[in-house]
Amino acid sequence: MIVQELIFYAFSLVMIFAAVSVITVRNPVYAVLFLVLAFFSAAAIWLLLEAEFLAIILIVVYVGAVMVLFLFVVMMLDINLVPFKEGFIRYLPVAVLVALAMAVELLMVLWARGRFGADMFPVPPLSSADYSNTRELGQLLYSNYLLPFEVAGVILLVAIIAAVALTLRTRPGIRTQNPSAQVRTRRDESVRLVKMKSEKPRSV
Amino acid sequence: MLTLAHFLTLGAILFSLSIAGIFINRKNIIILLMCIELMLLAVNMNFVAFSRFLGNLDGQIFVFFILTVAAAEAGIGLAILVVLFRNRQTINVAELDDLKG
Amino acid sequence: MSLQTTLLLIPLLPLGGAILAGFFRNQIGRVGAHTVAILGVGLSFALSVWILLQQINGTLGTVNVTVYTWMVADGINFQVGFLVDHLTSLMMCVVSFVSWMVHFYTIGYMRDDPGYQRFFSYIALFTFAMLMLVMSNNFLQLFFGWEAVGLVSYLLIGFWFNRESAIRANLKAFLVNRVGDFGFLLGLAAVLLTFGTLDYVDVFAQASNVVDQTLSVPGGFEWNMITFICVCLFIGAMGKSAQAPLHVWLPDSMEGPTPISALIHAATMVTAGIFMVARMSPLFELSDVALSFVLLIGAVTALSMGLIGIVQNDIKRVIAYSTLSQLGYMTVALGVSAYSAAIFHLMTHAFFKALLFLGAGSVIIALHHQQDMRYMGGLRKYMPITWITAWIGTLALIGFPFFSGFYSKDMIIEAVADSHRWGSSFAYFAVVAGVLITAIYSFRLLYLTFHGKERFEVKHEGGEHPPPGQLEHAPKESPLVVTVPLILLAIPSVVIGWMTIEPVLFGGWLEDSIFVLDKNNVLAELGEHFHGASAMATHALSTLPFWLMVTGFVLSTIIYLFRPSIADAVRDRVQWLYTLLDHKYYFDEFYQKVFASGSVKLGKNLWNKADAGLIDNGIVNGSARVVEWVAARVRRWQTGFLYDYAFTMIIGLIGILAVWVAMVP
Repeated sequence: MIVQELIFYAFSLVMIFAAVSVITVRNPVYAVLFLVLAFFSAAAIWLLLEAEFLAIILIVVYVGAVMVLFLFVVMMLDINLVPFKEGFIRYLPVAVLVALAMAVELLMVLWARGRFGADMFPVPPLSSADYSNTRELGQLLYSNYLLPFEVAGVILLVAIIAAVALTLRTRPGIRTQNPSAQVRTRRDESVRLVKMKSEKPRSV
Repeated sequence: MLTLAHFLTLGAILFSLSIAGIFINRKNIIILLMCIELMLLAVNMNFVAFSRFLGNLDGQIFVFFILTVAAAEAGIGLAILVVLFRNRQTINVAELDDLKG
Repeated sequence: MSLQTTLLLIPLLPLGGAILAGFFRNQIGRVGAHTVAILGVGLSFALSVWILLQQINGTLGTVNVTVYTWMVADGINFQVGFLVDHLTSLMMCVVSFVSWMVHFYTIGYMRDDPGYQRFFSYIALFTFAMLMLVMSNNFLQLFFGWEAVGLVSYLLIGFWFNRESAIRANLKAFLVNRVGDFGFLLGLAAVLLTFGTLDYVDVFAQASNVVDQTLSVPGGFEWNMITFICVCLFIGAMGKSAQAPLHVWLPDSMEGPTPISALIHAATMVTAGIFMVARMSPLFELSDVALSFVLLIGAVTALSMGLIGIVQNDIKRVIAYSTLSQLGYMTVALGVSAYSAAIFHLMTHAFFKALLFLGAGSVIIALHHQQDMRYMGGLRKYMPITWITAWIGTLALIGFPFFSGFYSKDMIIEAVADSHRWGSSFAYFAVVAGVLITAIYSFRLLYLTFHGKERFEVKHEGGEHPPPGQLEHAPKESPLVVTVPLILLAIPSVVIGWMTIEPVLFGGWLEDSIFVLDKNNVLAELGEHFHGASAMATHALSTLPFWLMVTGFVLSTIIYLFRPSIADAVRDRVQWLYTLLDHKYYFDEFYQKVFASGSVKLGKNLWNKADAGLIDNGIVNGSARVVEWVAARVRRWQTGFLYDYAFTMIIGLIGILAVWVAMVP
């Protein structure tokens, strides 16, 4: 048990450090990297919570795809970093105040009268070794949540189309294929029949 | 012993930090997007914790969907960002006040 | 034909005539219009007589039928129904007969008028409305008839709608009647509040149970409920029956064509108030205060309006003031609980006053719409039938023995003399003095019109509008359609009193409709001394009213027939009195100053201050200004910067969370 607590506190600290770094570092590239660190820590903590599938997904899909996308964009855009830190000091007190107010309120909800303590939510026993979180999740996802699952797929499709549609642009002077024009081509546009007299072989 | 409250507290701290991030980095839209990702992570943390302590997998299903939507959101958000940068050569939020009526 | 169908047909036939004559006037033409109207009203009269005869025979008792239930709301029935008792059938006959006569007369009177069909449509519609009024068995239908006759009256006063004076007169009639109707409506509301029903029979049955019920008025007063109801209803009657001080519309209503002056503003509609009070006798009997009020109003009207009649020059206006005075007599009769006498006078008056009006109309036709008596005189030799019938009408009006007016008027005077109600001594003085005054103005009218020198000349100048006193053609007797109704009306004017006084007043004919408490029953006391109509007439020769009448006749004869200079001398001597009477006691000026100008001033103030100032400037523009002011400040928050919006959202979130934390235990 003590091991679990150690792991929890260790990763929690890493995660909080990473989060603080995300919001304070100057360079967005570093920010993305700290965000990745935060996700890793979260994945570790989710493993403690027996959400193995989600932990893996978080790393493979989220960090592997979404964060890399972030990184791409940050690096691709030629951003002047100087003005971004203007007013950092100026806004800090407000930010701290608001964040503290939020935190205090949330913690009041959490800790006042032990609403979420061990009495109300007893710690469940660890699952047996042959328990598969992935299978359970899959069974649920492909039965009860089949329709939302498909809707999620549609959302992703829409997101793909939207992203493409937003960023696609036609620049003049670029040679591209026009498949529909190719298909619509008729014979007389490309072949010209010429009538000519047959030539007689020169008699020798 | 780790109770539910521990995990929820972690989520709350993460959430508050990301709110602070939104305030501090009010200029840089990329960091703002990242803060939103952090917020979603905090929420996901709560879902997973509840799922574990209630012995109900539905919470994890929700995390799954949130991840989906977050991915879509990040994709579209970044696409908008790229278009924005292409059109105005800046992503400084302080220069984007077209919403002002 | 069942009884219910008959009763339905009585009002619906004139309505059908009105619709045909009104909406299809171009299709059916002039002849068609007067044919359908006369047919409808005539059939209605025939059916009314049939009903009346059945009731006289005793084969038909009191009929109370509900024809149609319009709606039932909160346990209150709104319905169309007929209550036909002796009072109703009497009224039905009077209304339909006079109306029928007037229809005939109109053919002659309106011959050249472009609105011929419209006129027939209106008077047939009036007959319908009046019949609905008198036949009603509930207050709602009474109110319907009440307003419908008012509407037709309004339409007919303004019949010549391109004359400004007519428009003003009908507006005035409309407005003054609204004052009365407001009281009437309050009375109906009070009836509904007290009894929970609008049905006559139910209300009258419960009347004695609510004698002690009171109405709390703001200011800590407690009014007796019955008194309140009766006074309110009587205020309605004051408007409709033109009792002082709501009488001012009636003289002006003479702007309308003469046939309707006869029908509506003399014989029938204006008596609706009298009829209503008689119908409500079970309520009025329970309130001595209300009856005293009725008595005083009637006495004031009877005396003061007669006096004005002496100084008027317009032939129709003299008769109009005479009508006011006679309505005052009826009201006095109501006030001393002699309801039967009031109805009796109503009936006789309907005949002789319609006769007088139609006679005046006949004169007006002959003189090409000249109504000023100063330009008449000596018409007797030109139009003998009109002259004779006018004499009959006059004798009936002044109450000459054996004529119908004598019986009804004398009965009222006797009843007042016998009554002990508060105010009856003043009323007695008023009605007795009224006899003298009536005689003076009636003979003045007769002499100025038919006797003496001709004060007009006949010239052929061919002008469109000859000056007063100048005629294109010599006057001649009116055509048969005019004179026959005169003759037909003259007959009942002479005999109806003598014939019916015994059954109507003392034979218990109206016993089933009119309720009189024993202690108030002056007519019963009079009945003990009644020994037949002829005896009553002979006895009258030794009473004060008769000799007053003779005095009036003599005075009038001397002044207006032989020595016209006396009139001028008297007028110069008591100039103030003449001015007062000529201005009709300054009622019009008073109303004009106080109510009309006051309303205009109030309206202007409301418009300037309340509407333009408070509503337009304050509420409408003010709210716009508030929005502008707030927006000018709030718009600064709309920076257009994303992070400000996010900030606002988060602050809101924190606020909501704080409330939740504070509230959830």
